[in-house]
This record gives sequence, structure tokens and C-alpha cells, in this order.
Amino acid sequence: MSSFSFDGQPVPLQPGDTILQAAQRAGHEVPHLCWHPEVSASASCRVCTVRVDGRPAAACTTAAAAGQRVECHTADLRAQRLHLLQMLFVEGNHFCPGCEKSGHCLLQHQAERAGMTDLHYETLNPERPVDASHPDVLFEPNRCILCQLCVRASDELDGKQVFAIGGHGIATHLLINSASGRLGDSALAVTDRAAHICPVGALLPKRVGFAVPIGQRTFDDAETRG
Amino acid sequence: MLSRWGHDPHALVQVLRETQALTHWLPRALLTHIAQALNLPLAQVEGVATFYRFFHTRPVGRLRVLFSDNITDRLLGSEALLSRLCERLGVAPGQPDVQGRFSVDRCSCTGLCDQGPALLINHHQVITRLDTARVDALAALMLSEVPADQWPADWFHVDNKVLRADVLLSGLSADAPTLPEVLAREPQALIDELARAGLRGRGGAGFPTARKWQACRDADTSTSGPLRCVVCNADEGEPGTFKDRALLSEHADAVFDGMTIAARAIGAQQGWLYLRGEYRYLLPQLQAVLERRRASGLLGANAAGLAGFDFDIRIHLGAGAYVCGEESALIESLEGRRGTPRIRPPFPVERGYLGRPTVVNNVETFCAVAHIARRGGAWWAGIGTASSTGTKIHSVSGDCERPGLYEYPLGTPIAQILADCGAMDAQAVQVGGPSGACVPVSGFHRRIAFDDVPSAGAFMVFNPSRDLFEVARHFARFFAHESCGLCTPCRVGTELVVRRLDKLALVRGAGRGSAFDLQRLHELDALLHSGTHCGLGSSACNPLRDTLAHFGEVYASRTATPQFEPEFDLDAELSAARRVTGRTDAGAHLHTEHKP
Ligand SMILES: Cc1cc2nc3c(=O)[nH]c(=O)nc-3n(C[C@H](O)[C@H](O)[C@H](O)COP(=O)(O)O)c2cc1C
Ligand code: SF4
Ligand code: SF4
Ligand code: FES
Repeated sequence: MSSFSFDGQPVPLQPGDTILQAAQRAGHEVPHLCWHPEVSASASCRVCTVRVDGRPAAACTTAAAAGQRVECHTADLRAQRLHLLQMLFVEGNHFCPGCEKSGHCLLQHQAERAGMTDLHYETLNPERPVDASHPDVLFEPNRCILCQLCVRASDELDGKQVFAIGGHGIATHLLINSASGRLGDSALAVTDRAAHICPVGALLPKRVGFAVPIGQRTFDDAETRG
Repeated sequence: MLSRWGHDPHALVQVLRETQALTHWLPRALLTHIAQALNLPLAQVEGVATFYRFFHTRPVGRLRVLFSDNITDRLLGSEALLSRLCERLGVAPGQPDVQGRFSVDRCSCTGLCDQGPALLINHHQVITRLDTARVDALAALMLSEVPADQWPADWFHVDNKVLRADVLLSGLSADAPTLPEVLAREPQALIDELARAGLRGRGGAGFPTARKWQACRDADTSTSGPLRCVVCNADEGEPGTFKDRALLSEHADAVFDGMTIAARAIGAQQGWLYLRGEYRYLLPQLQAVLERRRASGLLGANAAGLAGFDFDIRIHLGAGAYVCGEESALIESLEGRRGTPRIRPPFPVERGYLGRPTVVNNVETFCAVAHIARRGGAWWAGIGTASSTGTKIHSVSGDCERPGLYEYPLGTPIAQILADCGAMDAQAVQVGGPSGACVPVSGFHRRIAFDDVPSAGAFMVFNPSRDLFEVARHFARFFAHESCGLCTPCRVGTELVVRRLDKLALVRGAGRGSAFDLQRLHELDALLHSGTHCGLGSSACNPLRDTLAHFGEVYASRTATPQFEPEFDLDAELSAARRVTGRTDAGAHLHTEHKP
């Protein structure tokens, strides 16, 4: 079977594999935020950036090929990844201690894995009003990282197109498809995949917060388990 | 209008444009109506309407003035003229007057750098060579609500000043073979001729044109159907570039010839000219050329008399988004979506417009094709250098005596262009626009060529009185404004760069720039350079990097302290509290260590 090298170790590949898929199947961790196995890739967060034969590439969209030399956990890529995560933290308004998603949040988890201890950049403090109009799902745009997972899940898995992206540049934001632009008037149901795919605490099913005790949360580890 | 566009959702950008031309702006109710008529989700329509800078989802004036905001316009005093116009009209930039008669704002470069300062009226007409007299007269006409079509005709005059013509700008000779004669050759022979010419794309990246066409010709169409497309990239968004404007105005037939030759070579049925919104004023004239070509049988069924060669060209108007010049974003825009660059592969030559194999080339590339197909690949390869064949048109502007168009063989030294345009004391030239390179005096011996200093066409000259830090800061703002917002490093990084430069520029936190900020800038540069989704993000820090390297002193002079300084001033933050309490005593002030 053909293979490529991932941080020096051989990874077998199957036809149609991306680097991220193949590496993950072989048990390697490739940090990522906007990728999810059930929907198409958007290549937006860039946290999965690796070096392929010396050139930077997004592991979630780059095809794996026999003989490639992929570097992922090197010092410079680690530093770059940390800075990307810090950018996402300063772009929104993330207050982890008060967030229901704490412990289940992929952004928080990646930040912890990356050894993030400060914001590094000045906070941009955007004004993003919360949308609590939906009976079963909360939209807290302050935590949205524009990964577009909800956009793609609603379109590709639920067949609803409840979400879209609006604006441009730093003013890019998530749009909701309804006459009022509010979640409560949209076709979203709490049973939709889109209501659960958010990697951060931006789209949250209501009345389930803090239900899992600390120590049993998705990303708890030896340290938080106590 | 909706039925004229066949209720086609792919026509969304055109429908929004034409609607707004009548309604001035796009209220939500109108977007809802369009969404229903095109059977699209409202959020998607809103996403498109808020993406393009020329669409307004908030009220604007019935008459909309947009000042071109390239650095060359600024060097010519555009900011003072903008203030003057606003003052005369009694409005603030970006704010319509209370009666909704007019609004004044800025837009990125309009491609009129050789005759600026310039402005756009209703995204439809341009006024060149602004000065205080023209601005005052303009204000008077606007206040008395005289319609724009009754304004002095010479205001709208656009000059295509050709100051050095080589083969392209001289045009085809009268005895050149006709297009039907060219097209009678085998399609593969047309591609082989281009390969012999060694032609590389003129849009910036310099990809060999023959290879692109061959890949498209060989693309597997078993899933997409037999259709193929040819797209002419006339987005010309790179600030400082205006050569495509001149080619479209003076040599449109050569450009359309080139597109038709491409269609024959790759087997395409459909052609698109993607015309940037800023060049809307060229539309009637371009439509007339196409109409004439149709009438003479060069377009349409059995084009050029070739049985079975059905090819026609349509024009798509952009709506003010620089990133749409990136070829896959351009295709998204053609399909009526936000201009977000696609994930590649697949490349457009494999799957482009509506999934069809598509060739995208620059205006100048097609023009060169028209010449090469008639005069032979060997002829073209004999011009320029071995690896950079042929000629290149330069759009020269900035601090020089003779701004305008200059065509030279590739391999021409920067110094010669400077001498020819009358720029004897330049301290730097920005070659290829903000995405290109800032070349200091020490590099003036270098040559414009793919393997030395490549160029997409812009050539902006700065004399020693210009502050290159401000130039870099201006370009940084441009990129942040034009980022599509898809990927983290570009969306957030370009904004962080602007904030740091503003801090150094004493705009924020006066006198608080430090060596620390420079280090952060270097770091942001590295991050954006490696790992953004498209070329916009990866070149966004080029002006910063070049000026830091060659003009470090203009940064050093702005770093007040070696240590970090926060951008806010704690004491200044207390001013509101002091006002409220009426206190001015020493006890009501905070004392910080590094007071400027
Ligand atoms: C952000 C960005 C903007 C671009 N703008 C233009 C443009 O305005 N005109 C152009 O011809 N190419 C532009 N390009 C390059 C195109 O993507 C593409 O390479 C080019 O149109 C191919 O034509 P060529 O091979 O004839 O050069 C741009 C690229 C990027 C990344
Ligand atoms: S979404 Fe994640 S990173 Fe943001 S505040 Fe919540 S836990 Fe923290
Ligand atoms: S709401 Fe969540 S899933 Fe949707 S784009 Fe924002 S972060 Fe991603
Ligand atoms: S996971 Fe690859 S770019 Fe986000």
C-alpha cells in the first residue's frame, strides 16, 4: 500500500484521502476547527495548516499523495497555530469561565493543546448582539469563529440552508435565513444536525448547559479530572 | 428585469446591480422580493448584497459620489478635495444628506491613476482630473440637483495616453491575416503556436498560457457535459493598474479575437468578459463592438464561417470587490455568488464556470494571443528575454512628469522606465501594485521580467518627499478592506496589521508605538505570507515587508519606546469622568511611566 510521511512516520493512504483524513485514520492528531467528517471542507480556519514538501497547505483540503513529506508538529507550525487561535480569540468575545460550552469547546481545547496563556494581540471587541429568539437554540455570535460548519450542515445534512455568510473582511458574520434575520423565525429545529455541529459555544441547544459534571466533559483530561 | 434575466439565480449579481441602479440602495424588502423571484434563500441574497462594496443595504443618496482612494489619488490631493466637497454639500463622508439627495464616500482604485484625482458617479460615470474649481462646480450642480448627464462633458473625459507603444499598443497592421484565416488552423496548432511563443499570463502569476489551454482542452468532461468556457479577466483591481482599461477602450477587437482563438483552441462555446464595476462606463462601447462582431459573423452560430464553431461572448459586470480578480472568486461571482476563492484543486481548467472546464486569462494576455496567432510564436519569442518573452504594458503614475501607458519588451530596467516617464528623483517605485514589490533606488537597475521583478502592470513612482510608511499603511488598509473574510489569517490578520500601523502612525494611542510593535508586524507578515487561502492574504504584507526592509528608518522614527506600550492612554480614558465631576486637579489624573 502506498504511503506518505507524517512527521517522519509512514501513513498509509487510500484513494481520495486528504492529508487530514489519512493522518487521523492512522491515529495522528491534526489540529483543526472548521473541518468535520460529515460535511464538505471550507478551509477557513487554517488551524490545520501543515507543511507539505516544504510548502504550507491546509491538511483538510490537500490531497494526500504517495511519497509526500508532511510536517505538522514542528516548532514553527506550532507557533503559527497558536497565533491563529489567538487571532480567533481576539476577533470575537470569548469569556470561557462563563460559557456553557467550556469543556466541550474545540477552540478552547485547541488553545489549551497549543499552550495558549495570553491573547497576544489586542482584542477587537466587536459588538454582536445575542439572538435568543429561538425556543430551543441560542445563537451567541460573540463566540462564532466563522467556521461555516453550521452553514454546511444545514445545507448538506438538513437540506434547509438556514445559515449563510454575510459581509466581508473583519465584518464577515453569520446570517440567518428568515424574514427577520432572527433564529426564532428560521426553519431551524433543535433536532437538526446544524444545531449541534458548532465547535464553539455560538449555537447551543438550550436547557442542556452545564449538565455534564466537570471531569466528564469531552475535553477533560487528567488535570481537569482532578 | 427579472424575466430578462430568465429568473436565473446565477444572474444574482447582475440583478442586484440593475435593481440598485433604479432604487439607489437595496432595502431588505427588495432583497426578499429578489430572493423569492430567483428562488434563493434570503440569507444567501443578503450575503451577496453585503459582500460587494458597490451594493448598499443601507440608505445612500440618490446621487452617489465615490472618490477613488488609491495612493496616487491621495498624492494628488484627493483627501482635501473630498473634504471640500463634503463641506460644500454639508454632509459627512458616508452619510447621505437629510433629504437623501446625495452621499459622498471613498472606493478603492478606479484605474484612473494617470489622470486623478478621480471619482465615480452612481457607479456609472467617472470624473477625472479633479481640482478645487471642478469640485466647487460639482457641488453647485449637485445642490441644484442637475442630473449627471447634463454636467460638462469634458469632466467625463478619459484619456488613454500612450507614451511608448510597442507591438500591442500599436495594434494589428492592416494586412494581418483575418480572424477566419487564423481560426481555419487546427485547434492544437493554435496552442502549439502559443507554446512556441513562450507566452506567460499578464495578470500577475505568469502561468504559461499554452499549458493552461492544453489542460482545459484535455480536461475530462464526462461529468460536466461537453461545454467549455473562456473568461477574460477584466477585473483590473490592482491599485495603480490601468492598462486593461486602455486595451478595452482602444483594442477591444484584439481582445475579443484572442478570446475567440482561445475558444477555438479549447473547444469552448461560451465566453465571458468579467468587467470590473468601476469600468461600467465602457459597457455601451464594448456591447457595440460585440454587436458589430455578431453582425459580421465573427460570433454566434458557425462563428467565423467555421461549421460547428458556435461561440459568443457576454459581459458580466463586477460590483466593487478586488478579490474577484482571483480567478476562482471571479467564477463564483459569475455564478451569482459571493466572490470567495474556491478550494483548489479542482482548478478552473478542470471545473470552472458551472462546473465546466474554463480558461481564465487577463485582457493583455488575450491581446497578445491575437498578435501571436497572426505573426507566429517565433516572432513573439524573439522579443524580450529567453524566459520572459514579448512585451509588457506598464501603467505609470505617481511622481513623474509623464504618467500614462508605456509598453516595453520584458527585461527593460526600471531605470529606463523612470527616465522615460520623467521621474529623475524617485526614491522608490511600487511595481505590480500593492501585491507587487516596493523597489528602492538600489534596485533601479533591476529588470521587469518574471525572473527578476515581475509585474501585473502597475508602476507607481514616489519622490523623496513621500512618506513610505504612509504608503505602506495605505496599502494595508486596502487589503483589510478587500479581504473576503473566509480565512482566519487574512480576515483577522489584515485588520491587526492596520491597527498596529495606525498605532505607529499616531492615529491611535499617540506616541505609543514601540520596537515591540515592529516585531509583531514581522510576525504577522510571516503568518499571512504562509498559509492564507488565496493570494490576497499572502501578498497583503508585501508593502509592509518591503518598506520595513528598505526604509526601516521611517518605522524606527515612529517607535517612541523600546518596550511595549498599550495603545490606550489610561489618563485620557478618565477625561469623561473629569468632565462629569468638574475636576481638573492633579488628583484627578493618573500618572503613567512613559508619558510622550
Ligand atoms: C487577489 C487577487 C486579485 C487578482 N486580480 C486580478 C485582476 O484584476 N486581473 C487579472 O487578470 N488577474 C488577477 N489575478 C490573477 C488571476 O487569479 C489569474 O491568475 C489571472 O487572471 C490569469 O490570467 P493570466 O494567466 O492571463 O495572467 C488576481 C489574483 C489574486 C490572488
Ligand atoms: S466558545 Fe469556547 S473559546 Fe469561546 S468562550 Fe466559549 S468556551 Fe471559550
Ligand atoms: S455559529 Fe458555530 S458552527 Fe456556525 S459558523 Fe459560527 S462557530 Fe461555526
Ligand atoms: S480545519 Fe483545515 S482550514 Fe480549518
